[in-house]
Amino acid sequence: MVSEFKVLLVDDEEDFANTLVKRLNKRKLNASYALSGKEAIRVVGETDPDVVVLDVKMPDMDGIETLKQIKAIKPSIEVIMLTGHANVEVAIRGMELGAFDYLMKPMEIDELLYKLQDAYKKKCCNIDDKECEIPSSLKI
Amino acid sequence: MKDANSSGAREHQDQAKYYRSLTINMVLIIVVVSIMPLVLASVTIGYFFDVSYKEKVADHVVTLIKKHQQSIDGFLRQRVANIRSLARIFTFDQLNNDTFLKERLIVLQEEYGPIFVDIGLVDDKGIQVAYAGPYSLKNADYSKSEWFRQSIETDVYVSDVFFGLRGIPHFIIAVRRETEDGKKWILRATVDFESFNSLVENVRIGKTGFAFILNRKGEFQTKPRFEVSKTTGPFLEFMSGKLFRSDQIEYVEQSFESGGDTINVIAPLKGGDWLLAFQQNSSDAYKVLEYARYITLGIFWFGGLGVIIVAILLSKRMVRHIARADLEKEMMNEQVIEAGKLASLGELAAGIAHEINNPVAIMAEEAGWIEDLLTEEEFKESENLDEFKRALNQIRTQGKRCKEITHKLLSFARKTDPTVKNVQLNEMIEDVVSLSEQRAKYANVKFFSDLDENLPTVDVSPSEIQQVLLNLVNNAVDALEPKGGKITISSKVQNDFIVIDVADDGPGIPKANLSRIFDPFFTTKPVGKGTGLGLSICYGIIKKMGGEISVSSAVSIGTTFHIRVPLGIKKTENNGDQTQEMT
Repeated sequence: MVSEFKVLLVDDEEDFANTLVKRLNKRKLNASYALSGKEAIRVVGETDPDVVVLDVKMPDMDGIETLKQIKAIKPSIEVIMLTGHANVEVAIRGMELGAFDYLMKPMEIDELLYKLQDAYKKKCCNIDDKECEIPSSLKI
Repeated sequence: MKDANSSGAREHQDQAKYYRSLTINMVLIIVVVSIMPLVLASVTIGYFFDVSYKEKVADHVVTLIKKHQQSIDGFLRQRVANIRSLARIFTFDQLNNDTFLKERLIVLQEEYGPIFVDIGLVDDKGIQVAYAGPYSLKNADYSKSEWFRQSIETDVYVSDVFFGLRGIPHFIIAVRRETEDGKKWILRATVDFESFNSLVENVRIGKTGFAFILNRKGEFQTKPRFEVSKTTGPFLEFMSGKLFRSDQIEYVEQSFESGGDTINVIAPLKGGDWLLAFQQNSSDAYKVLEYARYITLGIFWFGGLGVIIVAILLSKRMVRHIARADLEKEMMNEQVIEAGKLASLGELAAGIAHEINNPVAIMAEEAGWIEDLLTEEEFKESENLDEFKRALNQIRTQGKRCKEITHKLLSFARKTDPTVKNVQLNEMIEDVVSLSEQRAKYANVKFFSDLDENLPTVDVSPSEIQQVLLNLVNNAVDALEPKGGKITISSKVQNDFIVIDVADDGPGIPKANLSRIFDPFFTTKPVGKGTGLGLSICYGIIKKMGGEISVSSAVSIGTTFHIRVPLGIKKTENNGDQTQEMT
């Protein structure tokens, strides 16, 4: 059974994205991945994910640019930034542009899950003022 | 190795050649620039001095000769008047008496000195009928003499100097009269040559200047003191019959090929029959001019020699300085290259760290995936489950370790971000203190802060300020290690500046080092411990903000760095190369 919680992972490293998606799916999240910023924007338009996990450093279109465009299309989507290292400035820049939070690669799966949970919580509350219900899959 | 040596030697040779030509150029320029005006000034002044001095000499000599011309002419006129008055007062018969004549001669000699030698009366036949004087010339026959023929024609006649019957140079003044019955008679007097000569002899200027009198035939009427070349210039003109007006005084410079140039002044005498001439060697007349020339030349040679010596010494010293500066620059270049190498090494490390980060992330993810899978039913029975879990755990732990290493490397190589933000400096100070506290604890260093609570915010780049503060705090901790001590950071507003002081109570900085402390590459830390760039970077950053950084220190008391950040910072241009980000 797949929950309604849709996560899109954007990373140019397919091996990384693939495994992480498998792990998230195993935790009953509806996760998929895109390998570039452009693809991510296309997928966002089609599938309307709840949370996007976005790598900052990608060829062609970098994370900041992708974030801007995603926020332009669907401002309600929450974005978690993944940075390669302790480059706080870029992360802060992302936050200023509306990203929900950031994580440093490689991260613990549990860390990611916590952030996803928070992001989802925030998104639900934003859309309608109904009591925020967290999908059972996110209860850890 | 051999090639390198020979090329090095060649380079050295080229350099030596370059410095030598530099020296020569400098010497030439200095010499030309300092000697040229000297030459021009000397030549100009010399020329004008020459002209005006020669004019002065000419004026002087001409005036002198004019005076003498007048006095000689006057002398002659007076002598003529003496004789004429005798001839007019007395008759032929009265004068035709030796005793009477003698009396007259004595009167004349008493009045005028021994100018008149003798006096005689000559009849129309040329026979001296009466005579008074030292020679026995009574009844001498002058009918054949030149003077007699001339004087019988005119009222008054003054002869040229001649030897005559007595064989001694003299000249005579003859006055012609007529008796009542129309017979002509002549009263003649002889003028002593010596006394006449003395009139001219007294004209002397310098060593070689003298005067003489010449008649139309070119015979000397006085004794010339030196030899005179009469066949040249104005004398020749005179002898060839040219008439001079009595007021015409000529100044002529004569030059001879054999040397011994002369200046000459000529003035007509006796109505143009005689010529009063003055001659002096140019070298004598222009002696002062020559002295001036020698002195000038002397000054010129000594001055020129001085200029050349100074030019050479100065140029050599300058070139030595330049050579040393070049050498220092070269060394500096090497250091800059070294620093650049370090920087590129840092970038390389950052790149590698970044590249490694991704595979490590993938490995960690894959390990996590296996861990996930291990929770499935079928593996739960596996006897090695614990061992699997332990191994995966290990992979995860080591992945984390890798992450820490790469993150450290990356943050080390990170460049500062010059983006200007509104910053509360007190917060920055607290951040830096908390960052350094861990290290300070090991160094036995305690932090104290004295911050102004009402400190206004300023627009600066937070990462730059952080770098400056961190650098100063690190330096202070280094200075206190290993004995420990305390570091006090204070902030306050002073005029239009925020002043931050970072003070330690360490050993202090020796005076000799204080002035160089902000120089790049200046370090007192052991080799490999410090680049000597920290404070110079701080200096650059604070200066760019329009602020100031200074240091005061006393040995064994402590050191305080003062940073002054202007409240209204002028927005300085961001350096493009510094805005690059490492991501």
